[in-house]
Amino acid sequence: MAVTDIASPPEEIQEPSGLSSGWGRRLFIAIPYIWLLVFFLAPFVIVLKISLSDVILARPPYFPNFDISEGWQGFLAMLRVFDLENYVWLAEDSLYLNSYLSSLRIASISTLLTLAIGYPIAYAMAKAPKEWRATLLMLVILPFWTSFLIRVYAWIGILKKEGFLNYFLLWTGIIDEPLMILNTDTAIYIGIVYSYLPFMVLPLYAVLEKLNISLLEAATDLGCSPLKAFWVITLPLSLPGVWAGCFLVFIPAVGEFVIPDILGGSSTIMIGKTLWVEFFSNRDWPVASAVAILLLLMLTLPIILFQKQQEKQAEASQ
Amino acid sequence: METQINTQPACEFAPWEDPVQKPFVRFENVTKKFGDFTAIEDLTLNIYEREFFALLGPSGCGKTTMMRMLAGFEYPTAGNIMLSQSNLHKAPPHKRPVNMMFQSYALFPHMTVEQNIGFGLKQEKTPKKEIKRRVEEMLSLVQLEPFTKRKPHQLSGGQKQRVALARSLAKKPRLLLLDEPLGALDRKLREQTQFELMSIQEQLGLTFVIVTHDQEEAMTVASRIAVMDHGKIVQVATPAEIYEYPNSRYSADFLGDVNIIEGQLDVTTGKTASLAWAEGETPLAISTKLRPPAGTTAWLAVRPEKLHISKEKPASADNCIKGEVWDIGYTGNISTFHVKASNGSILKVQVSNREHLADRPITWEDNVYVYWEKGAGVFLER
Ligand SMILES: Nc1ncnc2c1ncn2[C@@H]1O[C@H](COP(=O)(O)OP(=O)(O)OP(=O)(O)O)[C@@H](O)[C@H]1O
Ligand SMILES: [Mg+2]
Repeated sequence: MAVTDIASPPEEIQEPSGLSSGWGRRLFIAIPYIWLLVFFLAPFVIVLKISLSDVILARPPYFPNFDISEGWQGFLAMLRVFDLENYVWLAEDSLYLNSYLSSLRIASISTLLTLAIGYPIAYAMAKAPKEWRATLLMLVILPFWTSFLIRVYAWIGILKKEGFLNYFLLWTGIIDEPLMILNTDTAIYIGIVYSYLPFMVLPLYAVLEKLNISLLEAATDLGCSPLKAFWVITLPLSLPGVWAGCFLVFIPAVGEFVIPDILGGSSTIMIGKTLWVEFFSNRDWPVASAVAILLLLMLTLPIILFQKQQEKQAEASQ
Repeated sequence: METQINTQPACEFAPWEDPVQKPFVRFENVTKKFGDFTAIEDLTLNIYEREFFALLGPSGCGKTTMMRMLAGFEYPTAGNIMLSQSNLHKAPPHKRPVNMMFQSYALFPHMTVEQNIGFGLKQEKTPKKEIKRRVEEMLSLVQLEPFTKRKPHQLSGGQKQRVALARSLAKKPRLLLLDEPLGALDRKLREQTQFELMSIQEQLGLTFVIVTHDQEEAMTVASRIAVMDHGKIVQVATPAEIYEYPNSRYSADFLGDVNIIEGQLDVTTGKTASLAWAEGETPLAISTKLRPPAGTTAWLAVRPEKLHISKEKPASADNCIKGEVWDIGYTGNISTFHVKASNGSILKVQVSNREHLADRPITWEDNVYVYWEKGAGVFLER
């Protein structure tokens, strides 16, 4: 998942004596870099390579392949075959552009919805009596104890035409005929908001809980009504949490595949789904890899913003 | 009031002695409990308009709690708080003409110094120009002009404290509560700010209530001081009255240095009581109008600077105790002699160092006489 990409190596390492100089220390600092190299950079290079290759009917289904026995000459030969054909293809077929845009749209809307629902929850948790907070926090994390896939499947049972939701709404008399929610964008929004809510609530809770109550007292003392005090004190001071929560929801939501696949309709195109189809149905690994690379490039901007935000926050809290 | 002292001219500001004056703030049998813990117990107190009122007491005695009840962050468990004759009941903080400077400063971290100070005025919808003028006025008062655009986390402790002070003063509230406003400032700046505060308070005719741990500060700025102990008020009086005529050992001890001698009341003749304080010693004479029965335990309080010390027996003195110099403390302008009396108790005697140190005639283990006039001591029943 994209979130792991942002784990940057610790900038300052407390020097334990003995490691303070020479190899020991260098090795110590190198660990996070080695981690990134092995688990992020190497796969990235492989995917990049495939995206520059051509599709063939073989196993693996792309060409050229690098044969170590051919040595340097073989490597150069491989480089010569590389081209940007797949990227040109992506640019020419509007399907891909549409899936990227649609993914961004769906991710943005769901992020805002998650924020709108998550903020009051986090606020109520932070305002709850101290002895309750640990329990409430547990309840937020609790869904993670069951499989994500199963939880998303469960929503089918709730949202489908003869599902619990329609059953309940018909029973209360709010609606006369069942709502068609499953297999629409609405179902995707519900699924994403539900699945990613904890990622929004936790950073928000962290900042709101830290908020010094005497700041609000000072504001009301100086003539601010409690509502206005929320607006001018609580909200601005919780912005770091808002940013963190939004990025944590937005970044994975853009590439989301499971939720649109299970809850969304056939008319909803999202980039994750497109990628899956290219990969498994069309067995066009090079195009699928090109889609993945573009997705990654598209996400680097929000990831960099997120990084910057985190740094700023760390600076301010010093 | 039992004692009439004339340390101040007759036209002096003293509304508490005028029965016609109505108090500006009145605590009426106020009790405040936190769960089982009683922070303020059945407390009644009047504070008058234009007073600079100081709350003095040890940590945890309830000073901040009283301020918070005035500001509206806490409500009394029982009793009433009146502000200009009307009961505050449960009026919320933003509806009270009261501003508070927080002990913890509570500066808004996302606002600059300027925005912090102007915050209260902005809430009142004061015109921008006026806000700017008032903020500048406050900044120059607390000498923070170069820091206008800084955020609180870029300020030192003392600078933060000054911003907090400026912010609470900016609205010029009718009642300003200052919870240890100057504790983090260096001596020079503190004294300067004390006088600035006094002149603002006087010029604008505001009422200030201040909490301080610095008794010198309390004595400098306050029109009256309330000495508190465990949620109760022990004594309320002017600084001079509390210093010269404390009503109990607690308040004598709290304000300044004091010698307290315990004894049994021997006889009371005329305006003089005599206190038997040690076996085989002459009883001590104290001026008092009180007439408790003989035999009751009582105390004599006398300030160290009111005692005299000499190596020769004084020809005539109301009270004289023979002892041995146990220790000498030298603090530049003053020497403090610790004299051990026959019963083992230590008396502190302060002598100003008019002579040069080397010429000092009294030294360790000298036998000395400590003596004082009967009017110098105070008779205490508790
Ligand atoms: N919200 C609260 N809950 C429980 N106890 C409290 C609360 N606020 C204050 N107290 C208690 O009430 C007592 C008085 O507290 P207060 O803050 O008024 O003391 P203070 O006189 O201002 O002390 P200091 O000089 O240290 O500031 C203390 O014993 C404190 O522990
Ligand atoms: Mg306090």
